[in-house]
Amino acid sequence: MNSNGHIRARRLARGLSPLGAALGLALLSACAGKAPRVLPPNPGPEVGTTTTTPASTTPSGPVPGSEGDFQAVLMGRDTIYFDTDKYNIDADDAAALQSQAQWLLRYPAKHATIEGHCDERGTREYNLALGERRANAAKAYLQSLGVDGARLNVISYGKERPVALGSNEEAWAKNRRAVTVIID
Amino acid sequence: MIDVNIRKSGTGRPAPRPHAARRRLLPWLALALAAPALAQPVAPAPAVPEAAAPAPAASAAATPVPASAAAAPDALTGSVTDDSAWQSLGIDIPAFATDADKPTPASVDGSSGLGTAALGRAIAEVITADLRNNGLFKPVGPNALPQVPFAEVAAPDFAGWAGRNAGMLVQGAVVAGTDGSLDVGCGLYDVRLQQQLIRTSLTLPPADWRRAAHKCADTIYSRLSGESPFFDSRIAYIAETGPKDHRMKRLAIMDSDGANHRFITTGQAMALTPRYSPDYRSIAYLSYLDGEPRLYIYDIATNHQRLLVATHHPTFAPRWSPDGKFLLYSMAIAGNTNIYRIPVDGGPSQQLTDTPGINIGGSYAPDGKRIVFESDRSGSQQVYVMNADGSNQRRISFFGGRAATPEWSPRGDLIAFTHIAGNLRIAVMTPDGSAMRYLTDSWQDEAPTWSPNGRIVQFFRTAQGSGHTSIWQVDLTGHNLRRLPTPVDASDPAWGPVRP
Repeated sequence: MNSNGHIRARRLARGLSPLGAALGLALLSACAGKAPRVLPPNPGPEVGTTTTTPASTTPSGPVPGSEGDFQAVLMGRDTIYFDTDKYNIDADDAAALQSQAQWLLRYPAKHATIEGHCDERGTREYNLALGERRANAAKAYLQSLGVDGARLNVISYGKERPVALGSNEEAWAKNRRAVTVIID
Repeated sequence: MIDVNIRKSGTGRPAPRPHAARRRLLPWLALALAAPALAQPVAPAPAVPEAAAPAPAASAAATPVPASAAAAPDALTGSVTDDSAWQSLGIDIPAFATDADKPTPASVDGSSGLGTAALGRAIAEVITADLRNNGLFKPVGPNALPQVPFAEVAAPDFAGWAGRNAGMLVQGAVVAGTDGSLDVGCGLYDVRLQQQLIRTSLTLPPADWRRAAHKCADTIYSRLSGESPFFDSRIAYIAETGPKDHRMKRLAIMDSDGANHRFITTGQAMALTPRYSPDYRSIAYLSYLDGEPRLYIYDIATNHQRLLVATHHPTFAPRWSPDGKFLLYSMAIAGNTNIYRIPVDGGPSQQLTDTPGINIGGSYAPDGKRIVFESDRSGSQQVYVMNADGSNQRRISFFGGRAATPEWSPRGDLIAFTHIAGNLRIAVMTPDGSAMRYLTDSWQDEAPTWSPNGRIVQFFRTAQGSGHTSIWQVDLTGHNLRRLPTPVDASDPAWGPVRP
């Protein structure tokens, strides 16, 4: 059920979320044109967005062990998705988390933050707790694969940081997610 | 005769009049004759001593009336049996008079240094807006009415007013005190009976002139409806700006009518879910300061804030106890969220819930003995009640769908909550979970908060698609749905008590 074809879009918005709001605002003006553009089912802009990241690192690729490297290697599997009101790890999620774990075990000095998110169709406070629960489910699975829990921070944004802006099932499915971000 | 009890019929409870005993009822003539020495400051002093009321010289009409309709004037004919009929009660509210138009430091709509005459008009306009927005009355404001001479304030020209169709008349005066304060008095009159029904007066700093209007509106509303007052109260909320995926969310406060708006935080850290302390001195809220969602207590006078709980676990959902001495909060540990209670002035937390899953929120009954909260221990969000020490937890919501964000009415008789069955709607039920009924029907309404008198519920509405948020209110009949004026998008309203 989880389409991973929108990962590039997510990366843009998600990259901003852990930053302070002031910085976020500054970036916002720079990215404001991109974030909404990925929403329409138009492959053109998505491809353009996708090629942006490698373009800047064409000579040697991302620095090994960096967030850029993590994203390049994971190819969208930095994010897992949940059903409505659920926090369980399904087979798709497990495969993505195994890829994340492989990378994290390769770079044992790196720490990561797992962001938990919800769709907009729930109450604000419950969604804060539910996002926390989803991020912790991802963390627990990574730990079960041998990643030291001390390297994994979790944070919930509830429904406050959607990546898909529509009010429909497709958008909500994209927003019910846990995103792993490497702390460079 | 007018049945002033009709507004209470939905609850079957006697109308409490706790504020009648506290309200200062000064002799109206004394105020009209500009004797400010008799008046006591209302702000910023705390509560007026209860012993101060009723004033010895108060006439029979000014003594606190019983809540029943017994005192309703017989001369007003026509049986009032439903809301639409009730709304036909007209009230004329001419500009308040002044003995001499003296300048004050007060500002109205951006103009400062207004005289007492201009303030008298502005006060009448605020009273008119309060009563009109409440939906129960059909007030006519000062712009459509003749100016009342000061000499007439204490002795209305009943014959003249009878020529109009309004059954009720509100007259008042604004007098500049010798110490820079403002004396404001108002009276409610039955035009056909040619009788004063109630009056009130207070002394306050000119900058707080709107409070005088709200106190007057409260007095009129209480006298005519039998309900407790609520206009003179404030609201904390979250001001939202920016696109849907990068909303800036700031803590903000305003009067119950949206006036005196003020942003509290800058928006650098996302702020959510504020709750005013019962004494209005501080606000508990969630902030992502330092990148972690945790609860802070913000002191409004000093503009300082402190962490409520020194922890790196996320803390959510602050809720004051009715006496302001404790806060409920919810804390997530390894994905499980439970409810705790902490003394506001420091001390260890007491864990109240201990089940797998999410236990969150919590709202005290007005007597502080029980707490209604939300838990998904059954598999989905439902509403539970427990004793204040966490004992005797039991589910009360059994009507299908999900039930969230319960808030106990200040009257104790009802619990407002968000019902989720597809759309999110505001609903109420009794504390035993019965008599559930909806107050709203929209795409997404959530997070109810009660008016101080437990007769109105505010909540926030999210627009499908755009994600724009706005604060609305609706009364317990499900009527009088109204959007509050806010300068930007608004969510998470938290209504405080009536100010002393």
